[in-house]
Amino acid sequence: MINGNLKATYAADERINNNAYKTAFVWGFAALAALFPFVANDYLILIACQYGIMVVAVVGVNVLTGYTGLISLGHGGFVAIGAYGVTIIHAGLTALSVPAGLQPFIAIPAAMALAAGIGLLVGLPSLRVKGVYLAVATLSASFIIIFLIELDALAPFTGGKNGLTTADPSFFGWVLDTQREVYALIAACAFATVLLVQNLFRTRVGRAFIAIRERDYSAEILGVSLLRYKLTSFAISAACCGLAGALFAYFYARVLPEQFELLLSLQLVAALVVGGMGRTMGPVFGALVIVLAPEFLKLTLGALMGSTVEAAQIRAPLQEIFFGALIIGFIMFEPLGIAQISDRVFRALNRWPFARG
Amino acid sequence: MLRVEDVHLSFGGVKALQGVSFEAAKGEITGVIGPNGAGKTSLFNVLSGFYTPSTGRVIVDGQDISGLKPNARAELGMARTFQNIALFRGMSVLDNIKLGCHTRLNTNLWSALRYFGSAQKEELELRADLEERIIDFLEIDHIRKAPITALPYGLQKRVELARALAMQPKLLMLDEPVAGMNREETADMARFILDVQEKFGTTVLLVEHDMHMVMDICSRIVVLNFGQQIAQGTPDEIANNSAVVDAYLGQAA
Repeated sequence: MINGNLKATYAADERINNNAYKTAFVWGFAALAALFPFVANDYLILIACQYGIMVVAVVGVNVLTGYTGLISLGHGGFVAIGAYGVTIIHAGLTALSVPAGLQPFIAIPAAMALAAGIGLLVGLPSLRVKGVYLAVATLSASFIIIFLIELDALAPFTGGKNGLTTADPSFFGWVLDTQREVYALIAACAFATVLLVQNLFRTRVGRAFIAIRERDYSAEILGVSLLRYKLTSFAISAACCGLAGALFAYFYARVLPEQFELLLSLQLVAALVVGGMGRTMGPVFGALVIVLAPEFLKLTLGALMGSTVEAAQIRAPLQEIFFGALIIGFIMFEPLGIAQISDRVFRALNRWPFARG
Repeated sequence: MLRVEDVHLSFGGVKALQGVSFEAAKGEITGVIGPNGAGKTSLFNVLSGFYTPSTGRVIVDGQDISGLKPNARAELGMARTFQNIALFRGMSVLDNIKLGCHTRLNTNLWSALRYFGSAQKEELELRADLEERIIDFLEIDHIRKAPITALPYGLQKRVELARALAMQPKLLMLDEPVAGMNREETADMARFILDVQEKFGTTVLLVEHDMHMVMDICSRIVVLNFGQQIAQGTPDEIANNSAVVDAYLGQAA
């Protein structure tokens, strides 16, 4: 018998935080996030916001790639749609003289819906192709999205290669015009996204996704419509990335097409692999590594070479090498990611002092 | 219950099924037997909707289902297991069984995102129902949290039966439920199949090579050979049918 794991009701057995350590971890994390803006300096706020945006986007990739088993290398495109969508819609609402305090409440869901709609479109090939072929199809889709954004003919709307400036959002008159204030929005959205998506996988909807990943013909035999659930997965996934894009635009107050190219899509997948595919905490851990890795590299190089031009020049390629090595390392030694490591830690805590491992 | 009318199926020049016609009566166990490559699994794949027959019809409860997709057939209460276990290997036994109930649940995307409220209520009712109706019944309560990969073959077969039963099927199709099992596991499985028929009144269609089991539990048997239906009847009739003995059963020494 494992201590702390006695259950008397099915309700208790179906809880997510099924032991005291996990509960403590989640509340501790929430408390840290809530206190963070009051103690952190501007640099840490910047990192935390990048992290929060990354978590939201990686949760999106997790739904599709981690849980439904459909590999996408094009999610940067959905982030772009969210970022451009919220910027353009926000500007449109201002033009229509919608009260400023209500604009983000319309613009953010609308941008998410737009991303979800495009996600459905991009998802259509997934009904026919799987694996690496789907990865190529989604990759191409993201190229097309970026191409359209940069297209001269659409430049009046998208700003072409020069990008757009996003207005500061105002929530019922509270204008988020500092990064510290946008942090509150990002943290709230990140928590909500992780929780809501986690809930999916406690019900038939999420189970159907996993069933498609594990064995699609078997899922079909049990009454899971592949058409409906694959497209639902694409839509949810794209909507999360759309939200990440919207937060990105509000945070930086500026969107440029090159920010959403292949590198972003790869970072999202890398974060998922490192964190743990198909696990709730995968994106939470993985995004942290991907956001902190460049900062870590910057600090190390700074310490070794000082802030010289050479240091700045080798940083970009080193960063990509580092990401690559990270992915290879995890695939070889911990294919289930950091979530698996945390599982082991929680298990050991739970059994201590009676057994290890 | 299930009526198969003159089903033909061919892949290019290979004629996998040539005019198969039989009826599985409600609440009875019907066996399909035949040598390897006779078309038994092809027949099952036609019945569950993976293959569309070139000609002929499949009728369930008076409804022609020949054109329906596999998932639509599940909604009509048709469940099946596979010859080479098709469980969801990355999931626990309990989650596998819960998936069997997919068509009976109503949670939509929006209530699933919220969870608390209707989705939670449905999930807890589902859990209680499965525990009582399926898990206790098939005696798999000790492994409900185990991942599929950790289970021995015989138990995996039983879990697959559990998943099919969770659907509360009207028609249960079992593709070689005891293949590769030892005598004791086979006896257990035969008992479970009989229990299912007795307790739930389920119509069972069974493909199997274990002749002792087929003869013992089936009330009617259909015999296929090279895609052709060479006989059908009660176990006694089949055992004494010279065509079947030549093609499949062999002479007593």
